[in-house]
Amino acid sequence: MKTSIPQEELLRSGHQACQGCASTVAMRYALKGLGRRTIIVVPACCWTVISGAAPNSSLDVPLLHAPFASAAATACGVKAGLQARGDEETTVMVWAGDGSTYDIGLQSWSGAAERGEDMLYVCYDNEAYMNTGVQRSGATPMGVWTMTTPDGNRRPKKDLDALLEAHHISYAATASIAYPEDFVRKFAKARAIKGFRFIRVFSPCPPGWKYDPDKTVDLARLAVLTGVFPLYEIEAGAFRLNLAPAKLKPLAEYLAPQGRYKGLDPEALAREQGSVTERWQRLLARKAAS
Amino acid sequence: MKKVLTGNYAAAEAAALAGVQVASIYPITPATQIGERLSEMSAEGSFGGRLIRVESEHSAMASLLGAASAGARTFTATSSQGLAYMHEMLHWVSGARLPVVMVDVNRALAAPWNLWSDQSDSLSQRDTGWLQFYCASSQEVLDTVLMAFKISEKTFLPSMVVLDGFTLSHTYEPVDVPDEKAVREFLPPWRPESRLDTGAPAAFGSLAGAKDYIRLRRRMAYDMEQALSVIDDVAKEFERLFGRRYEPLAPYRAWDADTVLVIAGAAAGAAEAAVDELRRDGHRAGSLRLRVFRPFPADALRRMLHGGMRLAVVDRSFSQGSEGTFSQEIKAALYSSSPKPVTTGFVAGLGGGDITVDLLKEIWAEAHNGTVNPAETVWMEDAR
Ligand code: SF4
Repeated sequence: MKTSIPQEELLRSGHQACQGCASTVAMRYALKGLGRRTIIVVPACCWTVISGAAPNSSLDVPLLHAPFASAAATACGVKAGLQARGDEETTVMVWAGDGSTYDIGLQSWSGAAERGEDMLYVCYDNEAYMNTGVQRSGATPMGVWTMTTPDGNRRPKKDLDALLEAHHISYAATASIAYPEDFVRKFAKARAIKGFRFIRVFSPCPPGWKYDPDKTVDLARLAVLTGVFPLYEIEAGAFRLNLAPAKLKPLAEYLAPQGRYKGLDPEALAREQGSVTERWQRLLARKAAS
Repeated sequence: MKKVLTGNYAAAEAAALAGVQVASIYPITPATQIGERLSEMSAEGSFGGRLIRVESEHSAMASLLGAASAGARTFTATSSQGLAYMHEMLHWVSGARLPVVMVDVNRALAAPWNLWSDQSDSLSQRDTGWLQFYCASSQEVLDTVLMAFKISEKTFLPSMVVLDGFTLSHTYEPVDVPDEKAVREFLPPWRPESRLDTGAPAAFGSLAGAKDYIRLRRRMAYDMEQALSVIDDVAKEFERLFGRRYEPLAPYRAWDADTVLVIAGAAAGAAEAAVDELRRDGHRAGSLRLRVFRPFPADALRRMLHGGMRLAVVDRSFSQGSEGTFSQEIKAALYSSSPKPVTTGFVAGLGGGDITVDLLKEIWAEAHNGTVNPAETVWMEDAR
């Protein structure tokens, strides 16, 4: 079969993720889109472990670990350091979880985004602090069980994408491992753009979401098809919906396999369905307007 | 070339002369002018490095972690709350063995708010693995920043160059500014072998087990110890090229003194004036300025002081539940000496109080006459 996805593998076969972890598939595709001239900055998150303990590394590109709150600041330093040495070409990519992006590192990326620092910031969003064993973050959806919300999260997920757009950045996109060609294309595109680029990757997590590891890609696809995680990109302000199913699948189909939604009663489910539909309508309206 | 510079402007001048490639700046009184001056120099072309106007001090140091890991010479400046906010990053940068150089302009820590000189900010970072140098003049600030780059790049340990808020940071003094060519001979470009390089991919800062971790820390301790001889070598080379010599400890009329004032920072000038007046009145007074605090020059201190002496350690900081930081360290260093000098800790000038010649004479006399209990900290409140 012919595919647009490059053959080169920059994620090695040995890594330390759980079985069925979407963030490893995501890293593999991301590096296919970016290529070898990439340096990765990773704050505290599952990838601190996944990349391997010293002296091993699961990556075939340089990696710099950074403290939880400072991935974007560290990355803008890396870029400045490379430029000082005459290297304008290498892409500097932050690879951060939602804890570091939605919560503790928000100031750091907001500063970098507002200044238009030349980097690609990727948030692999698994909707909770997974590396520390499933605690709620600002990315945790309403109603979800975590170790710190045993009776269900009481607040809606933070609208990070809107927050990013408010920073006038040069490129923003969402990407899903269930759509590899779209995924790789977005990373290749982001590589060629200057300034602050942001990609939010949907990242199902079997132990944190309580589902069977073989369902990872199915869940990633269902999230797109139910409208929970729409695929779109915004380039220099221009909005593009990458996939618009004629009719969204019911939210329940996506929620059913996940133990973390077990506590959701029918009333709450209806409310959630309502907010997903409403957000989808807004995206369709935006698509029509652009 | 002679210029009239404040401590802050001397620091900025030094960073530009050192050929800093990446500097991160964030405003905080009384260090703000350093970033402002660098911005001005950048706009007029006399500073060629990249300036990152970060959104916090934590990010200032984080961006230098990135830039130094990519192999660039890096610099920043901060003070007080900013330094405290950076604390996590200070450990990170030293653990990563990066030769970042930072200027800290001493200022008290809140609460309550206080903008003035106090050494608690830098001294409370003593365990972070940074070299620490305390300056007493604008000239020394400029010279020490230049030397710090060389020392840090040889030892792979970051440096903190410390100066007093306002009394030094905002006071104009004539400074001999060396020309760039001479500085380049002293401090050639930094070209580290190990850095982020897509041609030789490696992971930096990855998880390490206990076995590796303790070895890395022990190696750091060894390099920190060796730093004293590096500091000495660099000072000699600096003297050869620029004619000014700096020692880790600067004694003043101390050799035959029976009671010695021990102090760090710009107030050492007042201590020397107090010594002169006391000598004029027939007393055997001396003073000793601590210039290098990390690594602590314990051997040199032991060589310089003898059992018959009395020491009056003047601390512009206080470690709650214990005593002044210098007092602690000096007592610990002298513990094995026998007989050891009688050492009394005096706390003075916290939150910007003036450390005047008269106050220092009073301190000297109390230590000399034994009217205070050396086992207790003596608090000298601001007379104003
Ligand atoms: S906890 Fe979740 S996100 Fe972390 S490695 Fe395991 S599957 Fe991946």
